[in-house]
Amino acid sequence: MQSEKYRVVAGPEAYFTPGAARMGIVLPEPGEGHIEGQIVPEEEALEYAARKLIEAKNPTIHPGPLVLWNWNEKAAKKAKAIKVLADVIPARIIPMADYRPKYPKINPEVEINPNHPNLTIWHNKEDVCVFVGVHCHMANLSLKIIRGGTSCFTIALCAQAGHEDANLSLRDVSPEKILRLAEWVNKLKSIPYVRPAGRTSNDGAERKSDKVFAK
Amino acid sequence: MSKEKIQICPEFSDIMPPEYRDLVEQSTYGNEDRGWKDIGNSKELIEAHSLCAGCPESMAFRYILASLPNPEDTVMVGSTGCTSLVFPMVAVHNIHSLFGNQNAVASGLKRALTVRFPDRIKDVVVLAGDGATVDIGLDMTLQAWFRQEKFTTICFDNELYANTGGQESGLMRKGFVAKMAPTGKKFDKVRLPEIARESGCCYVVNLTVSKPSLVEKVIKNAVLLAREVGPTYIQLYTPCILEIGKNSMEGLQEMRDSEKPGERFNYKEYITDEAKQYLADLDARKKAAAIPAAQLTE
Ligand SMILES: Cc1ncc(C[n+]2csc(CCOP(=O)(O)OP(=O)(O)O)c2C)c(N)n1
Ligand code: SF4
Ligand SMILES: [Mg+2]
Repeated sequence: MQSEKYRVVAGPEAYFTPGAARMGIVLPEPGEGHIEGQIVPEEEALEYAARKLIEAKNPTIHPGPLVLWNWNEKAAKKAKAIKVLADVIPARIIPMADYRPKYPKINPEVEINPNHPNLTIWHNKEDVCVFVGVHCHMANLSLKIIRGGTSCFTIALCAQAGHEDANLSLRDVSPEKILRLAEWVNKLKSIPYVRPAGRTSNDGAERKSDKVFAK
Repeated sequence: MSKEKIQICPEFSDIMPPEYRDLVEQSTYGNEDRGWKDIGNSKELIEAHSLCAGCPESMAFRYILASLPNPEDTVMVGSTGCTSLVFPMVAVHNIHSLFGNQNAVASGLKRALTVRFPDRIKDVVVLAGDGATVDIGLDMTLQAWFRQEKFTTICFDNELYANTGGQESGLMRKGFVAKMAPTGKKFDKVRLPEIARESGCCYVVNLTVSKPSLVEKVIKNAVLLAREVGPTYIQLYTPCILEIGKNSMEGLQEMRDSEKPGERFNYKEYITDEAKQYLADLDARKKAAAIPAAQLTE
């Protein structure tokens, strides 16, 4: 069946990008993540995300309203953790300050908008990006548009159940988990990559993104 | 509302787009005495607009947003039309409803907010065009008033369907010929202010937006009365300069001309006794609060 083979790889996929859920991709259970639609233990997803971020030419973090605004203690802690992550990669931070379809246009230098996120990705030549603190429905919309029209690899650090439409997703992401990702980045920066045994897609094929690291 | 809530996390203050930083640092959220005179001295709650140059709807938006007594705890409900293209630039929570449904959406919203935040004042303000309010949405408009739903309905009356190129609307005046209504309107302008009064609105005003201080007073009254007394309705003439063949500089004069005695936008106000009493009590309390305690005990 086609849905068994579907992998949530970086695009550009198509004008009418299929929703990953429709193609049979399921969300990870607590303690897990997914890489290109394949469910993996959380630690493996963290490690893979860290590698992608290190290897990227223009890694960019897109914090959304849930972490940009100091509306509760957790948000404040997450903001601190995200800053640590950005510094350790190092990555650029471009906010998704809100979700309104701004007219006549956004300034892609300084912000990303969920209704046309491709503009910011293209403009800044982002090859790996991280969504964090974006409300799920807006993240889903953007991730699909990004997969449809760009070649950027998307990582969702979701505080809820994760995102099938990201190329890599973690779930239940807390400030501590973000710091763990930062630790992975730190740790891996000096270690060359070796693909762990058995880390292939459902159909046994090598992941497109694995090639990036298999040096 | 405490301003604490709208601070940006310090880690991101340098990368937030400047208009958001300005909203935090220079806007008038939380200031009970905010009004149109803040325009120019503070950050407005409208960033830009996508209306035609000189469209009086833009003036109306600016005055209304400057006058809302409680913008941080207000949700506006809009509908399709020229106004809907402005809402993405407005820094007040807002919902875009399906054309004509705005008063039904606002009814549910107001009730839900009342249940969810029993200890907090939450204002709901509908802002829609005349087509949405009087034609396609008339059922929803009237039913909300019949049910005494406590929110304010503002109608931007430009006397036609502007956004779709100039079709006839119920609020168009008799005999008017528009681009998409070439045979001329056959019946009179619907008397919605009178209908609003008869339908249970406690405060109804028909005016233009030529005088900002008047718009401020009316909007404040309407929102404050809708909190406690009942539904309120404000009909504002915001002429579509494009459709009536005026240029950008002529909108203000058009409004002044149409508010002269005997004209259709001559200031008209209906207020119930209960609403009048409520405003008088509020005024008295405000004055008492302004008197230093020492003077009160003398
Ligand atoms: C349910 C529905 N019916 C019709 C339309 C088409 N439509 C879009 S704007 C508009 C007229 C808007 O007129 P008005 O409410 O007076 O607002 P204005 O543009 O004049 O400010 C219409 C009929 C629509 N968007 N949705
Ligand atoms: S079409 Fe008319 S009402 Fe709409 S923005 Fe232009 S002038 Fe204003
Ligand atoms: Mg109209």
